[in-house]
Amino acid sequence: MTFEMFLQHLSNAVSLGSLYALIAIGYTMVYGILRLINFAHGDIFMLGGYFAFYALTTFLMPWWVGFIVAIGLTAMFGMAIEKVAYRPLRDSPKVSVLISAIGVSFLIESLGVVIFGGIQKAFPIPELFGQVMKIGNIYIVSVNFFIPVIAMVFLIGLMYLINKTKTGMAMRALSRDHETARLMAIDVDKVISYTFGLGSLLAAVGGIMWGMKYPQLYPLMGVMPGLKCFIAAVVGGIGNITGAVLGGLLIGILEIMTVAFLPDLTGYRDAFAFILLIIILLVKPTGIMGENLAEKV
Amino acid sequence: MEREKLIKRILTVTAISAAAGLLVLFNFIFDSYMLRIVNLAGIYITLALSLNLIYGFTGLFSLGHAGFMAIGAYTTALLTMSPAQKQMNFFLEPLVPWLANVEWSFFPALMVGGLLAAVTGFLIGAPALKLRDDYLAIATLGFAEIIRIVFTNMQSVTNGPLGLKGLPPYTNIWWTWGIAFVSILFMVYLFQGSYGRAFKAIREDEVAAEAMGINLFRHKMLSFTIGSFMAGVGGGLLGNLMGTIDPLMFRFLLAFNILLIVVLGGMGSITGTVISGIVITVLMEYLRFLDGPMDLLFFKTDGIPGLRMVIFSIMLMVVILFFQRGIMGNREFTWDFLFKPDRLKKNNVEGE
Amino acid sequence: MYILRTDNITMKFGGLVAVSNLNLEIRQNEIVGLIGPNGAGKTTAFNMITSQYTPTEGSIYFDNNDITNHKPYEITRLGIARTFQNIKLFKEMTVLENVLVGNHLRVKSPLIMSVLRSPRYKREEKHMIEKSMNLLKDLGLEESINEKAYSLPYGKQRRLEIARALATDPKLLLLDEPAAGMNPQESIELMSFIHEIREKFDLTIFLIEHTMQVVMGVCERIYVLDYGVTIAEGNPYEIQNNPKVIEAYLGVN
Repeated sequence: MTFEMFLQHLSNAVSLGSLYALIAIGYTMVYGILRLINFAHGDIFMLGGYFAFYALTTFLMPWWVGFIVAIGLTAMFGMAIEKVAYRPLRDSPKVSVLISAIGVSFLIESLGVVIFGGIQKAFPIPELFGQVMKIGNIYIVSVNFFIPVIAMVFLIGLMYLINKTKTGMAMRALSRDHETARLMAIDVDKVISYTFGLGSLLAAVGGIMWGMKYPQLYPLMGVMPGLKCFIAAVVGGIGNITGAVLGGLLIGILEIMTVAFLPDLTGYRDAFAFILLIIILLVKPTGIMGENLAEKV
Repeated sequence: MEREKLIKRILTVTAISAAAGLLVLFNFIFDSYMLRIVNLAGIYITLALSLNLIYGFTGLFSLGHAGFMAIGAYTTALLTMSPAQKQMNFFLEPLVPWLANVEWSFFPALMVGGLLAAVTGFLIGAPALKLRDDYLAIATLGFAEIIRIVFTNMQSVTNGPLGLKGLPPYTNIWWTWGIAFVSILFMVYLFQGSYGRAFKAIREDEVAAEAMGINLFRHKMLSFTIGSFMAGVGGGLLGNLMGTIDPLMFRFLLAFNILLIVVLGGMGSITGTVISGIVITVLMEYLRFLDGPMDLLFFKTDGIPGLRMVIFSIMLMVVILFFQRGIMGNREFTWDFLFKPDRLKKNNVEGE
Repeated sequence: MYILRTDNITMKFGGLVAVSNLNLEIRQNEIVGLIGPNGAGKTTAFNMITSQYTPTEGSIYFDNNDITNHKPYEITRLGIARTFQNIKLFKEMTVLENVLVGNHLRVKSPLIMSVLRSPRYKREEKHMIEKSMNLLKDLGLEESINEKAYSLPYGKQRRLEIARALATDPKLLLLDEPAAGMNPQESIELMSFIHEIREKFDLTIFLIEHTMQVVMGVCERIYVLDYGVTIAEGNPYEIQNNPKVIEAYLGVN
């Protein structure tokens, strides 16, 4: 492998990793607050891509308008899901909510097949993101530069929100202790809603950029990334945002670079994340940035 | 009391004989399409019972069931297919020699399939069962996916993504419902006994169960391994009913269907699983028309693929949001209603 | 001589010391009490003995076995049973089933035999049912055997927990606030009940309690904890007149 090819793979890996990071953040935030694996998160990511698709093609909006509309819609969708499918079960045994999440996930996927159609759709890539640039002997599509940058921007924005605003502080308090947070007059419902909105927003951004990088949209496109990104969140330390980012990057880079160096393993590409999950659960279940979410007897 | 017991026993035997008679009738008068539904119902009952054992009764939320089914299906397929059929299938890459010339009869193949699934369950359970609910769910799901991905790539053993075609159609109504019956019997006797109670105790309150001297790990492993065995056998039956299998059959969707049956019927109820197993199987077939072209006399549509799954997802949501306990909750069918209707009322203090 | 002995056990959760340097010595067939203000570390002490928590420091000896690092189920097998402060019954299971679960650890037949109903298993099951029914009779619960545990009134739930614990054939019984929620009449019945079961089942009893009437009436010796530290130890008369104990409960003079 030449150095240039290595660079090409690396740019691919980093951009994929950044996408995974964006999605993983949503999982980790929701889990931190509700101890819930939002199985539907991967499908929200898919919706972001499709909403943008329809905004650009059917409603013929300029891309930057369409993207914003899509992101906003997806965020609202995420909050709606929380209100309808998770909130009523908040006092039920934990597994009920998990099952509900699985149900929501399948519902969105099958509705996607019915409404959007199962045939893959080509994402209308705006010129800015579709430029093929030649560096030395390799070709890199401009979107691969934008993805890590955009991800970084959103991440910084998120960190600001979490650390410097009141709502962010409320989110952090909730992830520690529901009861006490409630006693501090924090509107638990609102903060949870907000968390879902934020997570879905990031997932939508991820979905749109995914649509531009791998320009095929299909209703089940969120399944694998969804699973892998939850694993990324676990690997990084569930409940920890930095961990989610690290986990996402790690899995993205692992996936691309392993196949780059060992092309025979291409078929097993999806399995790496799962294997990593098993290893982490066995060795350090609290993840890389490990926060101990232990329970008292 | 003794007389009551005798009457109950006679009733049970009569009911079973009636069911068996019904099966004979079906076998005789139904065409192959209807028979397939009957067979599928039996298989799904076995599969759902295996998940109910692990999750409904012992409280282990495992999402990896499809993996065990896959192992059972592929093992049974590879052991029962004739060498000629195998050669036809493995045209890309020849099947490994130690499997190529093997041809077994159905029962041993099924048993080996179940055993391999159980061994896999044992290996997976050892690390995974130490994890909490949601982590267990993801870990088992991860294992199932790993199994599926490995099967998709082991060209020389499983024929990879092409799958296997031409499986000998050994599955018939006696196999499917016979095994379903054995499974039901097994579950009934298990849960009338001390080990069944121990499993339920683990579901109810792990800490208290352990404080009463129950070795949590050992019992969880027992439940998980037995459940995997049953799932493996179910998978084997499924394969030889369908005639073809491929890795895509065993993705999470299959586990979802089984989960739906368990949740709908009532987690922790054998009766509920049997009823909802039949209901869901019939619904799955009946709703198939929604996916395909419809001719409603005055108005033709080209069908809306995926609508079936929409309905099933909605069903799951409705049950979990409004009827959390499913059809039967965790109650079982007894003949008590014939003798003392108030006795039933006294036990259902909470109602549904 | 000592059925239970703890050697300077300490329990730390991060920076918080819940119990420090606890030295218990309990002789066979004694009834010993553990009292102290709320949060003193009493249930933590129980949890250390039954191994829900592993002591940060120190060792625990039961019948001359070092049980410090044993798992909870092993400890029950050796002969220590307990009830819980917040009742931990198997809610969806019937009263009889709850007690039957307590018998499970003594079952020798393997699972497959219980399904196939081997003669040996049938005998074990019959024996378990008889034993459990007797226990339930002793505790006045025989009317409710087929009711689900969650439907019982509070007092009966407490009694059921005791029946379940007794089903494990313990030598040492740990009772965590057995009199909680009882009126004075019931407390008196509890006291004579405790004496009865000690006789009948050859038990040693170690109990946490807030109801002083019960503690002083039934315990032969009492340990007093405050903020995890043992501030007094002695017979009821000594404890009642110990200034440190009075101070701990009522605050400084």
